[in-house]
Amino acid sequence: MTKSIRILTWLGLAVLGALALGTIALHRGEEINAMWLVVAAFCAYALGYRFYSRFISAKVLALDARRATPAERLEDGRDFVPTNKWVLFGHHFAAIAGPGPLVGPVLAAQFGYLPGTLWILIGAVFGGCVQDFVILLFSVRRDGKSLTEMAREEIGIVGGFVAYAAVISIIVILLGAGALIVVNALKASPWGVFTIAMTIPIAVFMGFYLRHLRPGKVLEVSFLGFIFVMLAIWGGQWVSQTPAVAPWFTLTAPTLAVIIIIYGFAASALPVWLLLAPRDYLSTFVKLGTIALLALGIVALRPTLQMPPLTRFVDGSGPIFAGKIFPFAFITIACGAISGFHSLISSGTTPKLIRRELETRMVGYGAMMCESMVAILATIAACVLSPGTYFAINSPAGIVGQSPEAATATISGWGFPVTAAGMHALAQAVGEQTLFNRTGGAPAFAVGMAHIFSSSLGGQAVMAIWYHFAIMFEALFILTVLDAGTRVGRFMVQDALSHVWRPLGRTGWYPSILATSALIVAAWGSFLWQGVKDPLGGINSLWPLFGICNQLLATVALCVATTIIVKMGNAKYSPVTLAPLAWLVAVTFTASWHKVFDPNPRIGFLAHARQLASSTAPSHGVSRLIFNDRLDAAVAGALVCMVALILLESISLWVSVISGRMQARVREAPFVPTRFAAEEQG
Amino acid sequence: MMRLRQIATTLMAALREIFDESAYMRFLSRNQICSSPRAYAAFLREQENAKARRPKCC
Repeated sequence: MTKSIRILTWLGLAVLGALALGTIALHRGEEINAMWLVVAAFCAYALGYRFYSRFISAKVLALDARRATPAERLEDGRDFVPTNKWVLFGHHFAAIAGPGPLVGPVLAAQFGYLPGTLWILIGAVFGGCVQDFVILLFSVRRDGKSLTEMAREEIGIVGGFVAYAAVISIIVILLGAGALIVVNALKASPWGVFTIAMTIPIAVFMGFYLRHLRPGKVLEVSFLGFIFVMLAIWGGQWVSQTPAVAPWFTLTAPTLAVIIIIYGFAASALPVWLLLAPRDYLSTFVKLGTIALLALGIVALRPTLQMPPLTRFVDGSGPIFAGKIFPFAFITIACGAISGFHSLISSGTTPKLIRRELETRMVGYGAMMCESMVAILATIAACVLSPGTYFAINSPAGIVGQSPEAATATISGWGFPVTAAGMHALAQAVGEQTLFNRTGGAPAFAVGMAHIFSSSLGGQAVMAIWYHFAIMFEALFILTVLDAGTRVGRFMVQDALSHVWRPLGRTGWYPSILATSALIVAAWGSFLWQGVKDPLGGINSLWPLFGICNQLLATVALCVATTIIVKMGNAKYSPVTLAPLAWLVAVTFTASWHKVFDPNPRIGFLAHARQLASSTAPSHGVSRLIFNDRLDAAVAGALVCMVALILLESISLWVSVISGRMQARVREAPFVPTRFAAEEQG
Repeated sequence: MMRLRQIATTLMAALREIFDESAYMRFLSRNQICSSPRAYAAFLREQENAKARRPKCC
């Protein structure tokens, strides 16, 4: 392609992107097609990848095609393996893609489709993709070191400690919030409970099959497991329609919470091969398939968005979570725009598999673009629902009222018409008793997905199957995060406790396994229990807390990245990571301030505790809620203080290096020329 | 046609890597043993620590 054609192509793409963004931003009072969001996203990612990531590669990081990566230098056929870039791209994407990019955008749609879409696009291109790319490259240049190790070496001991504390906090709160989403999706849903319950024997079967019948045939057994799961979904319909069986699987939220807590403990203590590993494979299989199916469905069916670009809730009075667009939209949508959790993956397995340094751009920046696209698809799935239906599903009973009549009257009063009869018909169509107060985002996403697919593939007759497929997909996904997260948390606690008493660090010693598993499960279980007992649905307090944790971890990652860039002598290019860092500091610190001190009881934890203390007679339940509020406030405050420490330590280091008071020393592995460059030329 | 075959091969390789089939093959070749329930059990033991320490992203 000649240079002029290339320039014209990129100019055309820029114009098309601007047109799409203009359409989604400026249309008022009329519905738009979802394809405008897809086109805007495609153009933004293409331009971001071609120009911005290339600038970062060449100028900021100076990627070196001649430098050997740890996968080549330390190749051992186990941890360090030079891997084809496309294979690694898929591997990295499968590792970073979780339930976050599906849930966050669905919840943030209460502001309308515009704020979430813009944040997903801008946040990903200038923040999330940059963070993943830069941390991946820096880890590659340090023999695949983890974020906490890099923080300790490059910033200082405080940096290392804060990164560790942020990681364990985010794991605990993520697990609590995730489990709550599953509880809200499965309560009073015999079909959903049966399907998810069946995934446990299916996983155990897969474990035995892999270990004893066909060793190592993971793809084959995952496909078999998928067929069994589809049969379980089909069987779930029979269960829900059989009066003698349905009550066994019709569970209340507290019962489900207890079951999930016991499950989490068992999954952490059982051998990996029996439950954790096969569920992980099954969940990954379903996840990749569903994301591909959703993308194809939206592109093929081109649904219309029913949600307006902006709703009245931009003023902070939203029923799903209280608070204004700034800062709450930016902590609600984390994984689709920028997610601190990704920095753990970028400094985990992936840097040990990268074959060439140049490939960090495609894997780090590119995989995050795909994750961001998943968030755009989730936004679309939520916004194809009529706003009345969307708010009826997502609003807690404490806000809209207990009965269907009260809820529909409240929501219709907001200007989003919905009727009790319409909601009842929709619930029947998806095979549920009710869809009111299904907070957490998962049921709304499932209804949106079922709505998209049922308009072509099978029609209304199979809407219930699509809905339960989506619920199964999300619940399976979250439960996999839950059992893996409990185990990771257990290892982290064991590592920490080994400094106190060495035997506690032994991963094969059962007393230690049981004690540390119980500790982690109790930590996230208490957040889950608090959410279940919260009359506002729990998501109102837990999801923002999770968002704050996740973005604070991103703040730590960007502090590490900026420090390394400054130490490399590239301070003039430090705004590449400094700008998203400054934005995240503004967002997370403001959000934390509001969540702790805001006088509105729906936002501030302390104000809510005061309101409870003054408005009701003291009882055990109320005391518990007050304690929960104070605990949440303490967690948010402690995290902000720790991140402020690492920020101050980093700033002091940058000033010392830039002013010449300190000689910068980056701790990269020594340069070794790669053999792959010569092989490729030869 | 050639290009399609190349894409399909890469896709399968990516799936084999994601689902640890490639890791098992590397384990077999590193230890110069054939696939068997005993070999897979040994592979799982080796994998267990690394896999269980890997966080699943949100």
